[in-house]
Amino acid sequence: MNQEYILELKDIAKVYDNGVVANKKISVGFRKGEIHAIVGENGAGKSTLMKIIFGLEKPTSGQILYDGKEVTFASPLDSIAIGIGMVHQHFMLVPSFTVLQNIVLGDEPTRFSFIDSRKSKKKAEELAKQYNFQLSMDEKVENLSVGMKQKVEILKLLYKGAKVLILDEPTAVLTPQETEQLFVELKKFKESGHTIIFISHKLNEVKEISDRISVIRKGELISTHNTNEVSLESISELMIGRRIEYEYSHIKKEIKDKKITLKMENVTLESGKIRLLDDINLIAKSGEILGVVGVEGNGQSELVEVLFGYKKPTTGTIDVNGTSLLNKKIKDIRDQAKVAYIPEDRMRQGIADTASIAENMISSFYDAKEFNHKMFMNHKAINKLSESLIDSYSVVCQSKDTEIGSLSGGNIQKVVVARECYANPELLIAEQPTRGVDVGSASFIHERLIELRNNNKALVLLSADLGEALAVSDKIIVMYEGQIVGFFKELSGVTESELGLYMLGIKQQEKKEIERAMYEEA
Amino acid sequence: MNSFIALFLTPAFGYAILRVTTPILFASLGNVISDKAGVSNIAMEGTMLTASLAGVLVSAYSGNAFIGLLAALLVGVLFSAFMAYISLYLGTKIIMAGIALNLFASSFTVYVLYMFTGQKGNSASLASKQLPTIDLPIIKNIPVLGEILSGHNVLVYVALLSIVVIYVMLNKTKLGAHIKAVGENPSAAASVGINVRRVQFISLCLSGLLAGFGGAFMSMGYLSMFTRDMIAGRGWIAIAASAMGRSMVIPTVITSFLFGIFSAVGNVLQLQNMPSELITTLPYVAVFIGIVGYSIRKYKKEN
Repeated sequence: MNQEYILELKDIAKVYDNGVVANKKISVGFRKGEIHAIVGENGAGKSTLMKIIFGLEKPTSGQILYDGKEVTFASPLDSIAIGIGMVHQHFMLVPSFTVLQNIVLGDEPTRFSFIDSRKSKKKAEELAKQYNFQLSMDEKVENLSVGMKQKVEILKLLYKGAKVLILDEPTAVLTPQETEQLFVELKKFKESGHTIIFISHKLNEVKEISDRISVIRKGELISTHNTNEVSLESISELMIGRRIEYEYSHIKKEIKDKKITLKMENVTLESGKIRLLDDINLIAKSGEILGVVGVEGNGQSELVEVLFGYKKPTTGTIDVNGTSLLNKKIKDIRDQAKVAYIPEDRMRQGIADTASIAENMISSFYDAKEFNHKMFMNHKAINKLSESLIDSYSVVCQSKDTEIGSLSGGNIQKVVVARECYANPELLIAEQPTRGVDVGSASFIHERLIELRNNNKALVLLSADLGEALAVSDKIIVMYEGQIVGFFKELSGVTESELGLYMLGIKQQEKKEIERAMYEEA
Repeated sequence: MNSFIALFLTPAFGYAILRVTTPILFASLGNVISDKAGVSNIAMEGTMLTASLAGVLVSAYSGNAFIGLLAALLVGVLFSAFMAYISLYLGTKIIMAGIALNLFASSFTVYVLYMFTGQKGNSASLASKQLPTIDLPIIKNIPVLGEILSGHNVLVYVALLSIVVIYVMLNKTKLGAHIKAVGENPSAAASVGINVRRVQFISLCLSGLLAGFGGAFMSMGYLSMFTRDMIAGRGWIAIAASAMGRSMVIPTVITSFLFGIFSAVGNVLQLQNMPSELITTLPYVAVFIGIVGYSIRKYKKEN
């Protein structure tokens, strides 16, 4: 028995009732006072493993040792009782409750059968102070920012005496500043003897924060490394089993007869007194991918909203191939102007999660002639299309009739991309097309976008991942406070840090200069 | 015109408001509890109806109004527990369970009534008891106020008292905190070891208990017998009241009183040679206007 481990998994395997093997004989140990990252592609089995550690799922076979003793968990209650707590991606908080009410929920101290929170408040405040959490115990959780909510979640676990903290993609919802702060806090927990299990997609973060890294691939634990002994490249290689190549220049074809597809002129969007979009002038050409980057909240999402008809711009015109999009319904923007859209929030806007894959494959053109008889839908045609798209996009699923919500994030996104590309649009708006998607699926999606570009269609790519934006786009605009502050028509030599200066508003190009450059050769 | 207004400026009118609001108040408070737990008790109407019959029958055969009341409460709780069991544990959609139970209650009560009395319309032939009225000491001597507040059926005061009890229960006790947590974010509640289904079950039973009070008041206070379908939509009005009160105790109490006032107005106008068919629609029109108004406001707020 290895006593250096506070938590040890031995030959943990999980086979679901439907036969899906999620974990195969995983053995790994977590040391006291370490930050241990678990990395793997979507659907590799990380989540299942964490659910087992946390007591949400029972392993089919294998042992869990805590402090050298074998333990079994009937529910998360048992795991939290011995000191294992998990911060979920979707916070387990009650919005209308105060911070303190959330912290003591389920175990409220009472006096004469009324809740008495004096002692618990003191204890929670002391804990918050110890870890430098700037939290007011009486504030309602619904009024807190995402980053603060996460702190409440962590504090809740510490209050309950957690020694091992599992964090599931904790930085996915945070701003860069909040992430930095979280990392400072995580280091503090580590110093005070806590063990942190850190699940993430973002390898550079993993590299920065963790002491050791375990790689999971297809349900198996491939290897565990000391973080300072491995490179990011070799980790990502281990994760996907082949090398990622965010380098697409070789597959981008030279397009000769480019034309202006999208034209936005003097587009302004106001909400009250705030200018969310401030005099936007831009063009996007066919055969090109126009990247749009910026720190979140600088007008990128609003740009998409006015483009795709969710919001009407206060002033300005938007044309696609000479057709104005103003006052058009989304359906008409899709059907008449031939605009397609890969939305950022795929679970809510991209798919209907309880419908089948086949139904989702046709959802943006379900009324097209080819999929309908006179009265009923043409299921033969729908099924044929679904099967061929599932095949050509390598969507990992049991069949076209599987409920789409049961697929992994990467596979769901492949369905969305397949559908939107099949519509063969003149303009495709892709908003964070690979966010939260594993590396393998991401490059597959990139290739599909570029394929569309090679067919002389126009694309607008909004991405928070600058590496992606630089590799996939032909040109890039940078948005800052609702304006376009930078335009790069040639991306070779442009670095992420250069873009960063524009994103933070430190550097700006002349507005006239930008417009001239954009219209040049047009 | 003045004489018309004078109709409503009498202590008797104030007294009437309290009296007609009481059943709605019980039911809407019951709905607040179940709504807070995230399970709407749409069988409120049927639960009240069944309880009102139980109260009449048991009081008639035991000769004691309070034993009748206990029977009404028990039936209210059991009725709701049954719905809670089949929906929470056996997986019936609660809407379906509720509709089925409402329909069942409507005809089952007639069947039982016929069994015991040979009548299908009312229980006038049974010597059922009425719950006592109470004169409030001191208050009863205050002019106007005394006439409005004093001399009501005991359940009117229970209804007023239950406002406080339920407010305190929801906001100051562990059970209340768990009910709210379960309704707002069941997975958060489950993650800290709260048994979500059990809390919802308890909430529905409490809701049934209040329905029992409401039903008992109808047949042993408001009237002194059971009549066919005597709840006459009060259970539904209560659901509307708690929805408009956003499941919060105080706003729900206020909307319940608003509906009560409209009912009372209707009752007064009915005596003034106004067409009774039109007048009896008043509370329902009020519900309708109230819900539409509420939705419009909510829509505007969100946009």
